[in-house]
Amino acid sequence: MATPSSEQLKMQPLDLPALFKEAGYVAVVVLGLTIGLVGFKTEDVPGGLDIVTRFGQVILATVVAFAGRVGFILLRERRFIPVLIGAGAFSAAMLVLLIGNIVDADQGVGRFLPFESLVVNWLIMLFALVLAGRAAWLWSHTRRSQFVVDREAAMDRFSARVQQGAKFFGPLMLGVAIILPFLPVADRRLLDIAILVVTYIMLGWGLNIVVGLAGLLDLGYVAFYAVGAYSYALLATYLDLGFWTCLPFAGIMAAFAGIVLGFPVLRLRGDYLAIVTLGFGEMVRVILLNWYEFTKGPDGISGIPRPTFFGLPLVRSPPEGTESFHEFFGLTYSPLDRIIFLYYLILAMALVTNFFTLRIRKLPVGRAWEALREDETACRSIGINPRNTKLTAFAIGAMFGGFGGSFFATRQGFISPESFTFIESAIILAIVVLGGFGSQIGVVLAAILLIGLPEFFRELQQYRMLAFGAAMVTIMVWRPSGLLAHREPTIRLYPHGPPKEEGQS
Amino acid sequence: MTAPAHEQGGPLISVEHLTMRFGGLVAIDDVSFSGDNSEITAIIGPNGAGKTTVFNCLTGFYKPTVGRLTLNHPAKGELLLERMEGYQIPAHADVARTFQNIRLFPAMSVLENLILAQHNELMRASGFSVAGLLGMRRYHDAEQKAVERARYWLDRTGLTTRADWDAGNLPYGDQRRLEIARAMCIRPVLLCLDEPAAGLNPKESAELNELLRYIRDEHQIGLLLIEHDMSVVMEISDRIIVLDYGRKIAAGTPDEIKDNPDVIRAYLGETEEEALPEVVAQDLEHPVS
Repeated sequence: MATPSSEQLKMQPLDLPALFKEAGYVAVVVLGLTIGLVGFKTEDVPGGLDIVTRFGQVILATVVAFAGRVGFILLRERRFIPVLIGAGAFSAAMLVLLIGNIVDADQGVGRFLPFESLVVNWLIMLFALVLAGRAAWLWSHTRRSQFVVDREAAMDRFSARVQQGAKFFGPLMLGVAIILPFLPVADRRLLDIAILVVTYIMLGWGLNIVVGLAGLLDLGYVAFYAVGAYSYALLATYLDLGFWTCLPFAGIMAAFAGIVLGFPVLRLRGDYLAIVTLGFGEMVRVILLNWYEFTKGPDGISGIPRPTFFGLPLVRSPPEGTESFHEFFGLTYSPLDRIIFLYYLILAMALVTNFFTLRIRKLPVGRAWEALREDETACRSIGINPRNTKLTAFAIGAMFGGFGGSFFATRQGFISPESFTFIESAIILAIVVLGGFGSQIGVVLAAILLIGLPEFFRELQQYRMLAFGAAMVTIMVWRPSGLLAHREPTIRLYPHGPPKEEGQS
Repeated sequence: MTAPAHEQGGPLISVEHLTMRFGGLVAIDDVSFSGDNSEITAIIGPNGAGKTTVFNCLTGFYKPTVGRLTLNHPAKGELLLERMEGYQIPAHADVARTFQNIRLFPAMSVLENLILAQHNELMRASGFSVAGLLGMRRYHDAEQKAVERARYWLDRTGLTTRADWDAGNLPYGDQRRLEIARAMCIRPVLLCLDEPAAGLNPKESAELNELLRYIRDEHQIGLLLIEHDMSVVMEISDRIIVLDYGRKIAAGTPDEIKDNPDVIRAYLGETEEEALPEVVAQDLEHPVS
């Protein structure tokens, strides 16, 4: 799409009847939706339930929806200033009321908040704020048209800059990650969240190989996580092996599971592949659940040994004849030691995953994965074996899932099929998609966003999934290739910029 | 259509009794032809004549129903293409192809497209990734060599300054040439081009002729060419094979084909034989350049 001519951008007179028709239509829809859902409420009264009507709220919602839609239409018709003033004033007023409510919940100005639900008030304030911000932004960029292509290009430049910047703030983030346990803010809760986030970062990086690089949409990644976890748990409890002995086995088992999954789906792609992988994930869970004699089914496996620091257990009083970590190093025992050790363990595993991915991207296999994502037919025409390439992608992606799984088992000390439901796969996939297919730094940001923030704001638990869904929809509409989807070539003929010619637009 | 015999006996590629059926539809019916080193063999025919199907059989995308496809590889001896798996034909028999609708790796850079074509060689050099992961010298050298070969073909196709562009961002004509460069990077003994001039302007077509001649004369490989653009076909082909409804109706040098009544009929239909042949003959004689 080319930039529109100035003629197209000229202001058209407002078509008021059409405006009212459109906004009125929205208002009617909102009225229809809210009259049943909001208009009536059951309330506990002595001796049963009573129906309370809240038509005031319904009318308010309708009016707000109408006004919001008018704002939208005006933005579309390039009347920025009224929107800026209206939405800005409204959001400012709401903000004052909301802050007043925080200061003094009963007596302050908060009494005048339009809606009963605090969350709805906040949302509407935020919505008005976004509308005002957008109006202001568009107003200051009146000359530039905001077309999808422009936006995509702008976002891509931004992603490119972030990836350039990653060279500097990557090590910085790594530095923060390394000293995190020794910062004064590091308490048990923060470290637990950090361990969780880094686990998901590692899983995201692992899945990125399959989804981001090879372009194989895998909805059953949690199966490999489960295979890794159960491999370690079963080997440890049946054969009495330690964590470090089992770790490679868990990886191998998961990689093998990846190949087992890979073979039947070689010819599938896109949606069909996603469905089969989804089924595979469920199969593994159902097997774990029903093979009671071996996996103890829903009871799960408990008493999984904790990892040791090169053979030194991290416990207060080690069994007779052995020395524990704090005794060996002459430290006083702290229950946080084990957590810190787990943190470093998963950090190291995640870094290995990252290093491996970055490295293999520049190798023939990695390039073949990306080529496979781009065009399988073309791959065959230049002699790349699609079967082997796909299987290696599945196997290696699965292997990292397996490593992550055995870490999960050793951290929890107890695993059951409950931990490996579809939602886990969905979250890991969401991290990869949100971050941007193939973007390593994007996975980190997405994992912090999707795992870290909800953990911090556990109080808002019931809205977590709502926000999660809203974020996903926004991303899909606004930037389908993910937040930071910018691909840097794996090799350049001119590493220091191209020679002078007609430059690339 | 006596093909000049190859030194080691037999032409580079010989197609014998090739038949391809899709259910009840006979796409190719008992077609035989051959092509030789340092020679451009064009396959022409009206739409739906089965030209692309012949290519798909040759390059392993289809398994022929009947027929024998023998490649007389200069280094590896006789190879039966119909028995090979699809990806092995470029990998082992060194037969490369391009597609009617360009199939590049659009989100990857031009250079990466060319490096990918040398995948199998690099794969071995990287010790199936082990040596590569450890950062060994051996892989680094092999990659350097691959870049050099890529640069050679970039220079030949005039894409050198755009080597780091995404392939999908190239103009159409450049994409066509890049696809040929990519096919050449697998170092083929036989190159199959499916309508390389489609969508090119006259200037680009002329450049394409130049490039194809260069490949034929300097690299001395065999070229098979499907093409509708007569300015390309008549100028550079050494021999032409005409297909119609899956049958071979004529074969010979461009001059022989130009005057062949069967060919004219196939292109224009029987009833209008009186009215139109002059136009066609003119078109064939004075190709638009």
